[in-house]
Amino acid sequence: MTLTEKLREKISWAFYNHGLLCASYPIPIILFTGLCILACCYPLLKLPLPGTGPVEYSTPVKDYSPPPSEPGHQQGDPNERPDWYLGAPVAYIQQILVKATVSPWHKNFLAVDVFRSPLSRVFQLVEEIRNHALRDSSGIKSLEEVCLQVTDLLPTLKKLRDLLPEHGCLLLSPGNFWQNDREHFNADPDIIRTIHQHEPKTLQTSATLKDLLFGVPGKYSGVNLYNRKRVVSYAVTLALQQYDSRFLTSLRSRLKMLHPSPNCTLREEHVVHVHFKEEIGIAELIPLVTTYIILFAYIYFSTRKIDMVKSKWGLALAAVVTVLSSLLMSVGLCTLFGLTPTLNGGEIFPYLVVVIGLENVLVLTKSVVSTPVDLEVKLRIAQGLSNESWSIMKNMATELGIILIGYFTLVPAIQEFCLFAVVGLVSDFFLQMFFFTTVLSIDIRRMELADLNKRLPAEACMPPGKPASRAQRYERQPAMRPATPHTITLQPSSFRNLRLPKRLRVIYFFARTRLAQRLIMAGTVIWIGILVYTDPAGLRTYLTSHVTEQSPLGEAGLPPMPVPGGVLSAGDAQLALTVFPAEPVQLSENQTQQQQREPKEGLEANQQLWARGLEQQGSGHPESGSEAEVMWGAEDEEIWRKLSFRHWPALFSYYNITLAKRYISILPAIPVTLFLKPQEALEVRHPQEANRYHSFFPLSPGKLEALDQPGEALPKVQGHRDVTLYKVAALGLASGILLVLLLFCLYRVFCPKNYGQNGLSHSRRKRGDLPCDDYGYSPPETEIVPLVLRGHLMDIECLASDGMLLVSCCLVGQIRVWDAQTGDCLTVIPKQGLRRDSTGLYDSQEPWDQSPEPQNGLEDPFEGSHQLRRLLSSSQAPLFCDQPDLTSLIDTNFSEQTKAGGPEPRHRAACGRHRDPGYDFSSLVEKVYEEQSTSNCMNFASFSAPPGQVALCASRALSCGAGEGGCGARRRSLGEETFAGLDKSSPVSAWAGDVESSVWSLDLQGNLIVAGRSNGKLEVWDAIEGTLRCSDEEGQSGITALVFLNTRIVAARLNGSLDFFSLEAHSSFSHLQYRGTPSRTSIPTSPVCSSSDLILCQLTHTVSCAHQKPITALKAAAGRLVTGSQDHTLKVYRLEDSCCLFTLQGHSGAITAVYIDQTMGLASGGQDGAICLWDVLTGSRVSHMYAHRGDVTSLTCTTSCVISSGLDDVISIWDRSSGIKLYSIQQELGCGASLGVISDNLLVTGGQGCVSFWDIGYGDLLQTVYLGKSNEAQPARQILVLENAAIVCNFGSELSLVYVPSVLEKLD
Amino acid sequence: MAESDAAPTLPKKCGPYISSVTSHGMNLVIRGIVLFFIGVFLALVLNLLQIQRNVTLFPPDVITSIFSSAWWVPPCCGTASAVIGLLYPCMDKHLGEPHKFKREWSSVMRCVAVFVGINHASAKVDFANNIQLSLTLAALSIGLWWTFDRSRSGFGLGIGIAFLATLVSQFLVYNGVYQYTSPDFLYVRSWLPCIFFAGGITVGNIGRQLAMYECKVIAEKSHQD
Repeated sequence: MTLTEKLREKISWAFYNHGLLCASYPIPIILFTGLCILACCYPLLKLPLPGTGPVEYSTPVKDYSPPPSEPGHQQGDPNERPDWYLGAPVAYIQQILVKATVSPWHKNFLAVDVFRSPLSRVFQLVEEIRNHALRDSSGIKSLEEVCLQVTDLLPTLKKLRDLLPEHGCLLLSPGNFWQNDREHFNADPDIIRTIHQHEPKTLQTSATLKDLLFGVPGKYSGVNLYNRKRVVSYAVTLALQQYDSRFLTSLRSRLKMLHPSPNCTLREEHVVHVHFKEEIGIAELIPLVTTYIILFAYIYFSTRKIDMVKSKWGLALAAVVTVLSSLLMSVGLCTLFGLTPTLNGGEIFPYLVVVIGLENVLVLTKSVVSTPVDLEVKLRIAQGLSNESWSIMKNMATELGIILIGYFTLVPAIQEFCLFAVVGLVSDFFLQMFFFTTVLSIDIRRMELADLNKRLPAEACMPPGKPASRAQRYERQPAMRPATPHTITLQPSSFRNLRLPKRLRVIYFFARTRLAQRLIMAGTVIWIGILVYTDPAGLRTYLTSHVTEQSPLGEAGLPPMPVPGGVLSAGDAQLALTVFPAEPVQLSENQTQQQQREPKEGLEANQQLWARGLEQQGSGHPESGSEAEVMWGAEDEEIWRKLSFRHWPALFSYYNITLAKRYISILPAIPVTLFLKPQEALEVRHPQEANRYHSFFPLSPGKLEALDQPGEALPKVQGHRDVTLYKVAALGLASGILLVLLLFCLYRVFCPKNYGQNGLSHSRRKRGDLPCDDYGYSPPETEIVPLVLRGHLMDIECLASDGMLLVSCCLVGQIRVWDAQTGDCLTVIPKQGLRRDSTGLYDSQEPWDQSPEPQNGLEDPFEGSHQLRRLLSSSQAPLFCDQPDLTSLIDTNFSEQTKAGGPEPRHRAACGRHRDPGYDFSSLVEKVYEEQSTSNCMNFASFSAPPGQVALCASRALSCGAGEGGCGARRRSLGEETFAGLDKSSPVSAWAGDVESSVWSLDLQGNLIVAGRSNGKLEVWDAIEGTLRCSDEEGQSGITALVFLNTRIVAARLNGSLDFFSLEAHSSFSHLQYRGTPSRTSIPTSPVCSSSDLILCQLTHTVSCAHQKPITALKAAAGRLVTGSQDHTLKVYRLEDSCCLFTLQGHSGAITAVYIDQTMGLASGGQDGAICLWDVLTGSRVSHMYAHRGDVTSLTCTTSCVISSGLDDVISIWDRSSGIKLYSIQQELGCGASLGVISDNLLVTGGQGCVSFWDIGYGDLLQTVYLGKSNEAQPARQILVLENAAIVCNFGSELSLVYVPSVLEKLD
Repeated sequence: MAESDAAPTLPKKCGPYISSVTSHGMNLVIRGIVLFFIGVFLALVLNLLQIQRNVTLFPPDVITSIFSSAWWVPPCCGTASAVIGLLYPCMDKHLGEPHKFKREWSSVMRCVAVFVGINHASAKVDFANNIQLSLTLAALSIGLWWTFDRSRSGFGLGIGIAFLATLVSQFLVYNGVYQYTSPDFLYVRSWLPCIFFAGGITVGNIGRQLAMYECKVIAEKSHQD
């Protein structure tokens, strides 16, 4: 044992133990893993959240000085100071915040008067600021010296060239709209259009030109036509290069002196430094998005491969969680050990995921899933783990090696990446081993439970990606119906649902109508609608602003805008200004009081508004204007916060100055309050505006009342908005509760508490127990009395039918022909003559009784016939010298040796001639002669035939005979019972050992029966007359299977050779007649030979060594012939010229079942329990499924499904195209292979004295029919579906003929 | 640095020839078109990555920067990728050794991601000198081949493509048809062959997977018939 192998074994063993551990204690391990993840991710909390939002830091304005550019100067307060706060900022921003109002307000003023005159004052103000200079001892310092000098705009911003300053101080004000020229302003007929002409039409988050120039957010500026407060605010923004406190103080005091703000409460205490992160542009975003798309494609394609598990999505989620949390863990661990990530996390993340990969997870899943299903879950997990342990370890080592190589590139970035990747890989491995394995074990256990529940509901097992196929199936059903030859109809699914339990019906209803989804969708739409509508910056304002801007008549419909008039009564302009004493500098003690007062004032203002509205209505003549008051509230203090966070980067980027990774300092704003006289407002009014805008209050009293209505409504609107807010909240709460309830209901329905116990009860159905499906629903049980076809003495071995006739053959080689309609026995071959009684029941007891102990009662069976004695005596002479020949007589398959001479042909000839073989016990006699000394069968076999063949035979018997299906029965007749019979010399062996040799294969077409016998003889019988039409005796090896198609017969022999025969009829007409009458169109081309015809069976072709070992399966369709053999291969022949087209290899055991249909689809099942689907055209394997423990005993297909049964008594239904198992049906013991397909949708399976009907598409059990009391104890071994929708069940020696339509009619 | 993985004149010589020789009809054309668009897309994206190495932040107009290189570069990359992607399965077929290693879409996606990652690294990471860059990229490219291809034919073809493409692009540069915008001329020269090699492997991987898919589709179709 080399070192590698040792290592490998050890690893495998370790993984095995680990798998056992994980599967044994799933919950503690998952909890432990979760704790590990959390612990490793804990250091991440210290890292700043990723994002590009700016970060702020405030310092007091007093004693402010720019921070030093060198770090480490001030180590004293490192906790406060962010690490970016180094060096001078890009700029200091000084805003002069202006609030202006026209006071007192006259009722006949226009809407534009609200902002026209306040805006006109900006030119004056800008002029003041621009010309401000600090004169002190050191000289004169003008603004030009301290301000930020800007150069050209970026060349792409040509259209903004007139609006933004160039080559000078960066000083922005609304005046820039008019090139800082008052004349332009005065000449402008439409201010709003000027302001809005550069507004982008589309939605965007970055700063607009209006915001830039006004310095305040658009909705705070008050420059619109229905400004209720009539206060206009804007800011003059000044960017300074250097901080000169004296200059700024002088500017501040001068402006305050010129334009005092009486009730200003602004604290001017803090300089706010705003640091901007590196911003991700679209140019960077595109590669990033591309990598993420590739990442998602990778994850998608990876997780798509997860198969054969209970919850595909759950496992996929677990896989992704594994990878993601391993990444988080790696980052956390690296941080813990002092490695701060310098790489951009978002950028390297996809690559890390790709490097770590999902492969191991998938490999694990696949390996565990492919372990034998019958093992315990623990063992499955352990075995799966240990199977893949070596490759996992190898891959891991390789990846680590590659990454370590990367570590030696000595490039810091790559090194860091590799470090992360290594830690990530290790933690991913840890998580795979603990987290994912455990999740997988839970999943597999769930699937086991579901398996114990026997029949999975088809819906649950369907791959989730195919919900559409269900709908198609619904639609296809009626279309298919006419195509089926008989009248079986399935009820529409709605009827079937009625039989389901109530809760499931509700769920199905939900699922069918997509009710929940639609409700949630509608709710979301309504919710979004409400949000959009009520959003102050949202749709409503947008719409109204558009309406007012575009329609010249818009003002007529505008509501009168009463002004919050303050606490004072109307009409007293001077008092309004003296309410609060003018205080140039606010004391801090006053602030709280003032702020508290504000809301109260607001309330009072509202009440006042109401009162005045009533008053106005009453008086009808509002002459005097109302007062305006300018409030400086806390919200004005840092109004720049309400700007878009891209405001400053956008502004500076216009001048090609980046703020990324730098900061700006925003100085406290200087408040400026402007009160304008009404006269001023009138003076600046543009002549066109008087025409364009109507006055707020037209003088005609008639209109007034009409216009007052909305005026009243205004406060309501205020209240209304609050109500909608509550509504939204209530809606959200309600939908949340609904969602929780819904989920709870779903959980209760799908995960009942008694999960496992429920299923155990019907894992093996007891006799008399009703079969039921997964929902615990038992379909109606009915009982009908079938037509019982009795007559065979022994177990029936072969069944064949062409719809009208039914041919059966029992172990003794007796062939009976029945009328499939009436159940009458038409013919018995060979003819029994005297021994047949009137009822058709063969008198079987007599010979049995007559065969006592063979040693002394040898003569008894022979009493009836002289001829037999003669035969016996004539054959005895050669017998003693020719032992192999004897074996051929006693009907074992050892007779491959071609000692053709001797008595055997004569025997057969005699039988054929006399038609009265009766019960020829000559062979028994001979055998007993031989057997005098030998005591067991193996001894006998060993001297009578080559031992290899005995083993072969025994294996055949074992493999096929373990189940009690029809196939098994035949093999048993060959092997076990023959041996047993010889051993015990019981009468059974006498029957099996008929001279006539048993029939191994049988086929029927028209009125011709073809029988292949164990001694290699091929016989063609007339079904009606019971006469032998022709026979072929050339082959010596038993015919294991044959196909009779039109005039062609193909016989497969035990020695692996394949004979092609053709039937030719020589009659007076010298050709075959074809039965063409419409009444029997089921086989239009089947030849009917009148009894006068002479039929010749000609051997056309022999493939002497088609297979190395016996051919076990033979099927023909679509001009192709498929053989399956014990040598693990299949061969495909062309029927016309017997040419071998393909040899299909892929099974690891002998082929036991083959199916081929007209669509050239080929399915094969083997002793390895596997099913392979092949494409006959190309000879390629389409899919390969591990289907059963033990042999696949039978196999059939519908257009969409493959149905297989195995020795494990399970019937499995597979999707034909994808090879995915849809569901499986646990059969009763001994009924494993009894299944038949009635139509594309209807499956019939046998049980203990009953047959069950299943809907193939859904896996629903439709009905169980008990076939009379007498059959109850017997399992249905074989089911044959006839073309007239009758079912023939093989209950041992009896056949039951059941008519399906009558069965299904009883359902309703 | 505008050029990322173009093999400018290679397609002009071989494109029509190949398609006329191996005209399997429709699926070949479709495959070619798909590969072409993949090539164009990769060229644009990787071009953008290279641009970022030299531009400042807050690029004024992104759309123009995407198309800042010569207009014919992306189509050339597309054609080259179509040719390479068709050449790989074709070569597999002629050599009679179908590529079986990791033939899944997830693996292909992983390969593409690693390729983009190599580009990303070469664009974003600052290397000490060009030799280091070359060595790192070469190691990464060979790692890519080892992880996703592992066929000798793939390696040979990749080397050939890299050699040819580098030759052609250098030829173009010397003739002044095309020029690098980068001041760092050696930088380009040192990473170009590795990127070409990795690109060839990646596109070949995609092409092989597409070819497999087409085969499957054909088989299914004929099966249905």
